[in-house]
Amino acid sequence: MSTTPNKPVAGKKSDQGFVYLPLIAGWLVPGAGHFLLGKWVRGTLLAISIVAMFVLGLAMQGKLYASTQGVLDMLGTADNLATGLLYVVSRALGLGAQPIQTTVADYGTKFIVVAGLLNIIAAVDAHNLRTGRKS
Amino acid sequence: MFHPSHFAAVLLFALFASTVFGITMRDTPVRMFRYGAYCFLLFVGSAIVLSWVMLLIAR
Repeated sequence: MSTTPNKPVAGKKSDQGFVYLPLIAGWLVPGAGHFLLGKWVRGTLLAISIVAMFVLGLAMQGKLYASTQGVLDMLGTADNLATGLLYVVSRALGLGAQPIQTTVADYGTKFIVVAGLLNIIAAVDAHNLRTGRKS
Repeated sequence: MFHPSHFAAVLLFALFASTVFGITMRDTPVRMFRYGAYCFLLFVGSAIVLSWVMLLIAR
């Protein structure tokens, strides 16, 4: 099975416009960075994966971090913010359990945390597509 | 509320994480699919192996 990493795309330039727009859009709305670049299938799959992970985490009664009292809580809050508007809307609706009471709820918290990390990866990927580092 | 089994949770986690890894780490659809499948197998396989290791340690 091939695991060779991507090679930089040589000679591809796309310097027109605000290059960070796909990065910011991808952070705020999962997959939106790819949609802006016309990568509809990739964007859709990314959006489904990240949103589903986040929603399943909430459905498992996972915790949404909001406190900045301790270091771990601060890191959790920063990571939750990586899901962009999903976090803002969920907090506004009062979703997310506190504190965690079951094993499945702990899994749910991890689902939410990883959804944030995956969203950052997806947003950076959109930025790389925009700058021509990836095709 | 959603209460999957532990293994179902592993499968869901592996599926979504592998999808994102495949799309973002490779640049052609075939390579994306292969890398996603590779990651999925590693996620699930390592979870199964570690589960057996923990069972043997606990005995």
